[in-house]
Amino acid sequence: MAEKKIKKVRIDGREVICERDETILDAAKKAGIEIPTLCNDDRLEPYGGCRLCIVQVKGVGRPLPACSTPVTNNMEVCTDNETITRIRKNLISLILSNHPNDCMRCEKTGDCDLQALAYKYEVDGSRFEGEQWDLPIREDNPFITYEPNKCILCGRCVRICNEVVMAGTIDLVGRGFDSMPDTAFRRPRSLDNCEFCGQCVSTCPTGALTDRRGRGKGRSYDMTKVRTTCSYCGTGCNFDLNVKNGKVIKVTSAYDAPVNHGNLCIKGRYGYEFIHSADRIKTPLIRRGDTFYEATWDEALDLIADKFTGLIKKYGNKSVGAFSSSRCTNEENFLIAKFARTVFKNNNVDNCARV
Amino acid sequence: MGFISNLIEADRMAEKKKAKPKIKTAGRANAAPMKKPEAETAAKSKTITKAKTKAVTKGPEAKGLTIRVCVGTGGLAAGSQQVIDTFHLELSARGMKSAIEKKCVNKTGCRGFCAKDVLVDVIVDGDISTYQFVTPEKVVRIVDEHIISGQPVDEWLVGPDYHTFHDKQTKVLLKQCGQIDPEDINAYLNIGGYEGAKKALALTEFEVIEEVKKSGLRGRGGAGFLTGLKWEFCSMSKPTPKYIICNADEGDPGAFMDRSVIEGNPHSVLEGMIIGGYAIGANYGYIYIRAEYPLAIERLKIAIAEATEKGFLGKNVFKSGFDFDVRIKEGAGAFICGEETALIASIEGKRGMPRSKPPFPVNKGLWGKPTVINNVETLANLPMIITKGSKWFSSIGSEQSKGTKVFALTGKIKNTGLIEVPMGMSLKEIIYDIGGGMEKKNRELKAVQTGGPSGGCIPASHIEMPVDYESLMRIGSMMGSGGMVVMDNTTCMVDMAKFFISFTQNESCGKCVPCRIGTKRMLEILTRITEGKGRESDIELLIELGTDIKMSSLCGLGQSAPNPILSTINFFRDEYEAHIKEGRCPAGVCKALRQYIVDAEVCKMCGKCARVCPSTAITWQPKQKAFIDKSKCVKCGACFEACPFNSIL
Repeated sequence: MAEKKIKKVRIDGREVICERDETILDAAKKAGIEIPTLCNDDRLEPYGGCRLCIVQVKGVGRPLPACSTPVTNNMEVCTDNETITRIRKNLISLILSNHPNDCMRCEKTGDCDLQALAYKYEVDGSRFEGEQWDLPIREDNPFITYEPNKCILCGRCVRICNEVVMAGTIDLVGRGFDSMPDTAFRRPRSLDNCEFCGQCVSTCPTGALTDRRGRGKGRSYDMTKVRTTCSYCGTGCNFDLNVKNGKVIKVTSAYDAPVNHGNLCIKGRYGYEFIHSADRIKTPLIRRGDTFYEATWDEALDLIADKFTGLIKKYGNKSVGAFSSSRCTNEENFLIAKFARTVFKNNNVDNCARV
Repeated sequence: MGFISNLIEADRMAEKKKAKPKIKTAGRANAAPMKKPEAETAAKSKTITKAKTKAVTKGPEAKGLTIRVCVGTGGLAAGSQQVIDTFHLELSARGMKSAIEKKCVNKTGCRGFCAKDVLVDVIVDGDISTYQFVTPEKVVRIVDEHIISGQPVDEWLVGPDYHTFHDKQTKVLLKQCGQIDPEDINAYLNIGGYEGAKKALALTEFEVIEEVKKSGLRGRGGAGFLTGLKWEFCSMSKPTPKYIICNADEGDPGAFMDRSVIEGNPHSVLEGMIIGGYAIGANYGYIYIRAEYPLAIERLKIAIAEATEKGFLGKNVFKSGFDFDVRIKEGAGAFICGEETALIASIEGKRGMPRSKPPFPVNKGLWGKPTVINNVETLANLPMIITKGSKWFSSIGSEQSKGTKVFALTGKIKNTGLIEVPMGMSLKEIIYDIGGGMEKKNRELKAVQTGGPSGGCIPASHIEMPVDYESLMRIGSMMGSGGMVVMDNTTCMVDMAKFFISFTQNESCGKCVPCRIGTKRMLEILTRITEGKGRESDIELLIELGTDIKMSSLCGLGQSAPNPILSTINFFRDEYEAHIKEGRCPAGVCKALRQYIVDAEVCKMCGKCARVCPSTAITWQPKQKAFIDKSKCVKCGACFEACPFNSIL
């Protein structure tokens, strides 16, 4: 067991008690002090690429990145001063100098970290003019739209793909001004090289990676977010259904979800089209002959109860059993087992999950 | 001519008896001139007298014949392999087969003066004569006149500049480069090779670290961190296994000291790694070397194989119980991989990108384990520090910078090449004594750029300053890996800064914003200044942007990238202003700002300018002054280069 050493840190004059391995950013969050970041995502290892979180540590000449600098005992941190504000402003200006700045028609408007910081620090893209990327939008797959021009190279997509999903679909390619995230050999995304979990979209702070099917159907502030639990498997991932005018437009990550912390797979993130599908089965169906007839739940449950009772009477209670689905939650599985043992009075319980 | 008949006699003997195993013979053959360094220096000074007097006197220790041919990359490019082949051919044609079998023709590493390649030492009876610009055609006469008849070919011998170039230097690291065969471990053993490692392994780890700390050796890769201290941190770090990495990813434009050390004396680097590995408790060593150094890689491979065979590498090194293995990892030539955390990422198979420090590699390095990364030059210093002692080492150099430093001296200077000088030597001595002064007579020294793209420029007014870590930092430059570019008044400082920032921009890994976009914007601002489109506010903008990039970049590349710009603004602000406000490039380099005119007073009417002009913009008749038609001039600068009298302005 690693010993727990308590460290006292002063951030902007406020004392924060930290445990081992915390960074300045963690400590600041605890103290309720906001430090701007673009490349930080709590699901990922610290990166230190955007440099916006630089803070002044007493006794250190150069400002240090809060996201990747571990706290030390009696550290004194100043998160904002004239120099740091100037550098942050210049950094945001530099990012904006290679950014389309077309917020008026951008998918991400209102939910864009870069936009928020430009607003907060009152900068636009006019200070440093120069070459700008002019690359085509990539819509080479059904799920993910990639607008390289909006990429700020925070590396979050690359890292989530490699650190969390471990799919290794994308990495940074090129060097210098031309480096950008892309697939190997810049091939289109397909099931050969991508899982389409959309984790990269979930972490992208700008409009560079967006859900293709939700594009043009509304901005984040147009949507009502409805927290739900994924129905595809028993893991119990939470996410937010983004609803506009009674229709589910897309799924976004719920970062505070206790089970999945915002992570999702292809089913959870992109498997929502059934919701509004005309073919969706909304009532129980009872088979009569070769056809199914829509029924009420009462009718269906009565039928099931009758059949089970009949079978038990005729063949004994060992002749029936309960088999539940891998899409059921723990609680549902517990209930079905309980049901078998108390109603069927046997131990014939199983589940299709064989993972 | 006694020794010649002896050789021929020996040949006959050899035909009767089978020759003894090659390596042993080679060892003995080499031993003669190599045994005593003092004897060598004596021989060297003799050579100088000889060069002056052009007379040959036989030394008392007549031992036979040795021919040393430089086979560094510079030498090979100049055709040294053909020279060696011709020597073999000519010697055997004259019945001197045994000379070849005894390996009288030796390959040696670079001796630094590549401008004079192929350089060949012919040592007859202990007398060294050095030939320059040797070609296969010249070999015949050298063999006939010098080796057979004992009369050196005076006209092909090196001139006094070769000696002034070398004599002012203090060769510690490069001493053996150019003397020993880098592909033969016995050559290294004969000059006391691996004694340092043996001695170190007999000491405790702590004692080795203390010795290195006392020596004051600082990292030669650029930042100048104390090597002993770095080792101490790593040895205190608990997790195992530990690693030692040799950083041979030399990438500064024009720098080739690491390559030269590896090509000329690869065993010294291996020995340094054994010492370092033992001190920090690492059983594994990596040499990270760029794939663009095929010869160095080849020689390292040979050296590793030889050292393993001798039991200097592998299990139970020197029967001390210490295991040490070395592996070569070839880099794909990314400049950023010279940065230690990027280098580690590259070895791990990831994209070569630096990460934030702390944690430092000494605590969390390769594969997450404690790792020490030392530069080639640093490692090559270690065997001598252990053998000769820390006192000897710290007696060389200045107050806080100990030992010698190898520089790649280039630019508008007479003697370009690789030089080794004690730390603290003044720039003036380097430029005028070793470098021989400016390349062209009527040009003045303007500035010196040290540290490559990370360094800054030092104006001619500071020429007296000592070259050591502190002084360079103070003036806004840095040691870097040891590039030294000398510039005269035909160098435009804005253009020079533009070159370096364009290099760093291309080599930026793209991870952090200030380096990726900031250097790009600086490059664009400098480009518009050199094109005459600069704005009044540009200088201030460059200073602000440069300062912020320095302060906020993630790694050393970004943190030092603005140095060339900031230091040129600091010392040559007037040049920037001339470009912006007057639309004039004082050095006449920036083509867009150039107006070529003929200074009628200076023009000697030779017509060379008219002959080279590609756009017939120059009118000239014999005995008439040249005239440039501005409407036709394409500003290519050919006339400027061609004019022997500097009459084109």
